[in-house]
Amino acid sequence: MNLTLHIWRQKGPSDPGRMVTYQAKDVSPDQSFLEMLDRLNEDLILRGEDPVVFDHDCREGICGSCGMVINGVAHGPEQTTTCQLHMRSFKDGESIYIEPWRADPFPVIRDLMVDRSAFDRVISAGGYVSINTGSAPEANSIPVRKEDADLAFDSATCIGCGACVAACKNASAMLFTSAKVAQLSRLPQGQVERKRRVLNMVEQMDKEGFGNCSNYQECEAVCPKGISTQNITVMNREYLRASLSGA
Amino acid sequence: MKVLEETLDARIPDGPIDQKWTRRQGELKLVSPNNKRKYSVIVVGTGLAGGSAAATLAELGYNVRAFCYQDSPRRAHSIAAQGGINACKNYQNDGDSIQRFFIDTIKGGDFRSREANVYRLTELSTNIIDQCVAQGVPFAREYGGTLDNRSFGGAQVSRTFYARGQTGQQLLLGCYQAMMRQVNAGKIKMYPRTEMLELVIANGRAIGIITRDMVTGKIEKHCADAVVLATGGYGNVFYLSTNAKGCNVTAAFRAYQQGAYFANPCYTQIHPTCIPPHGEHQSKLTLMSESLRNDGRVWVPIKVGDKRHPDQIPENERDYYLERLYPSYGNLAPRDISSRAAKKVCDEGRGVGPSGVGVYLDFRDSIKRLGQKTIAAKYGNLFDMYQRITDEDPYKVPMRIYPASHYTMGGLWVDYNLMSNIPGLFVIGEANFSDHGANRLGASALLQGLVDGYFVLPYTIGDYFARFKKLDASVDHPEFDQAEARAKDRVRTLLSIDGKRTPDSFHRELGKIVWDKCGMARNADGLREAIARIPEIRQEFWENVKVTGSGEELNIALEQAGRVADFIELGELMCRDALAREESCGGHFREEHQTDEGEALRDDEHFCHVSNWKSNGPDAEPDLVIEPLVFENVELVTRSYK
Repeated sequence: MNLTLHIWRQKGPSDPGRMVTYQAKDVSPDQSFLEMLDRLNEDLILRGEDPVVFDHDCREGICGSCGMVINGVAHGPEQTTTCQLHMRSFKDGESIYIEPWRADPFPVIRDLMVDRSAFDRVISAGGYVSINTGSAPEANSIPVRKEDADLAFDSATCIGCGACVAACKNASAMLFTSAKVAQLSRLPQGQVERKRRVLNMVEQMDKEGFGNCSNYQECEAVCPKGISTQNITVMNREYLRASLSGA
Repeated sequence: MKVLEETLDARIPDGPIDQKWTRRQGELKLVSPNNKRKYSVIVVGTGLAGGSAAATLAELGYNVRAFCYQDSPRRAHSIAAQGGINACKNYQNDGDSIQRFFIDTIKGGDFRSREANVYRLTELSTNIIDQCVAQGVPFAREYGGTLDNRSFGGAQVSRTFYARGQTGQQLLLGCYQAMMRQVNAGKIKMYPRTEMLELVIANGRAIGIITRDMVTGKIEKHCADAVVLATGGYGNVFYLSTNAKGCNVTAAFRAYQQGAYFANPCYTQIHPTCIPPHGEHQSKLTLMSESLRNDGRVWVPIKVGDKRHPDQIPENERDYYLERLYPSYGNLAPRDISSRAAKKVCDEGRGVGPSGVGVYLDFRDSIKRLGQKTIAAKYGNLFDMYQRITDEDPYKVPMRIYPASHYTMGGLWVDYNLMSNIPGLFVIGEANFSDHGANRLGASALLQGLVDGYFVLPYTIGDYFARFKKLDASVDHPEFDQAEARAKDRVRTLLSIDGKRTPDSFHRELGKIVWDKCGMARNADGLREAIARIPEIRQEFWENVKVTGSGEELNIALEQAGRVADFIELGELMCRDALAREESCGGHFREEHQTDEGEALRDDEHFCHVSNWKSNGPDAEPDLVIEPLVFENVELVTRSYK
């Protein structure tokens, strides 16, 4: 099939950026979205033009590197990562608009690539269990109810792609942050730092310039891993509990 | 090819195998806590090996600088490992033990790994599970709250711990979080979007690296008391592989060019359960976890060219060839055996799917037995992924799978302390060669990465610091200037060629040759052909590659070109190694060396050794240095999974 692509091109963070139109010809419906862009890039290089820069790596939907806004939706029309989006989701002759994640805490590096290091700083503020290597107790000495382990796992599947932030009117990172808070607060291993963790992570999130949650649930709608907004409820409860008990 | 007389000292401790590591721990010199902060370590790569090493070294008090090409260490390709991590806890009470795990691993590796290293790996496996559970990794649990296990290829016990089909992700996030804790404590400085371009050696010791900031293009010098490479494998040499697109061999290959020995480069693991390729513009292959073989049955039609829909093929016209050929392991036969069997039935014209390269992995019987719900709980995300890629519903139609390049068992040579032949250069995880032999058992890669990073390197690196005088070098050392000049010169050259072919087109051409001639089956004629052809590609590359843009900016074409240049040289080295090894073992199958039944035929008399290659520059043949492998605890027997 043949497609018209309108792609956001921006040389660097201070460049104003603009949409540029390209034609993509003979696109196979079995190709992934990124493979379609790979081909465009090969053509661009041969024409002596700069290829379109986008983040990607595993191309199996798990590393969380890729992400772009396609026709106004983070990651595009299917609820999956951009690398697992296939061209069969589009029609011959269609126009596709491709833009980077748009959020103040995610400055554009170039074209479709943004800086998501704010997420690392949120984790760094407390998204871990403080255990040193070699001091761990026997694994089965602390049983975890299967239901708890499964719920913790559901939260832990967040891949940190940032679609939740891009889809949110307020550029809120609450889905991302709450997933980690919920995971660790549900496990016995996470109890010791439970209060401090949520306070520090929320504080860092605010410092990075992420907005507040206004319950539109756009984040859940675009999350490729189906992370539930119930995590946000858990985080709010954890935050309240920690604040009230003066952690 | 010249075989050097040199003997390599693997520094394996004396004494019985089950006491070697304890003994070594006692011998290792220590750095006192208040002196540790005076030492700095560079860790390149932040996957399971690099991440766990960086976190642990920082916990101990060393100053760590960690580098990765991704935008965050959380994205290293370890994250994509699906199935699980092995550890002989014997929680299932099914007869597992360190000894049994050790023997399975030695046998699985076709007797081409180092006994002492393998024993240590299995011995420390139990600590790893404790460590990860303590970090909050949400492993699968039984209803009683204890940890659950599953079985994996090459084993008859259930010793694989898992977190649904996303074990690698959960383990990586565990060590990423441990790293982030140390970033917060100021003990790790993280350099994301940075790639290593050169290794710096002075007075015979590794003292630093040259990097390129991939956003600004800035070339930078970094000096440290030791350099740790945790840069993963080189499977992307085949172009189509299960590796992430960015996985590359550059750091390891530059170390090789600087004198580090490259061991067993021809050992690449072809994973039996990948989604078959679909078209010429495909960029990568996707793995389906091997754990699927617990419940899926592998088959092809008995009749050649039978193109009927799988539903239309009755039971008596199906060939469940793994169950037929290897009755005691059946669908759980090790990876090299299963891969070769799949290739064989496809070569016979019995392959399925539009391309004819594929075999069925069928869940019909297990869905009937256990119900769709149970299967979905075990493998749901894998089934969803399969459906997304192929547009077919594997609950209704059997999956189609085919082998693909997955993991590389070769890598830089290291001694028992994980140090390369260049003092101060340590190599861990997939980037080294020592633990898996000629074939890796499923669910053991995650284990090796973490064992190296959490429990081995942090001890042995201290011994290096304590034994050698502290470096007084800095980035002002003239060797840094020379290394920087080499890196800059390379970038300049790549940008100045302005030819007519993209870096990717060279990569595809190279990949096809290496896959055809040095893939699942090799022979002398094919390898000689490749060794003649690859230098021609190299020459054309340096005359005709086109790289747009400049070096002082984010430039993806430049990154690709630099990596492809290294893959071209590595591809040649792989073929040389495969040609020199006149036997078949594990993932290395030389067609000239097989039994009447088509099984791999080892030659223990001549090839029970590690082949280490020493570079003489790109235009000269490398020399061979041999490390004999000694088996004192396991009898060298022919592998049989029948």
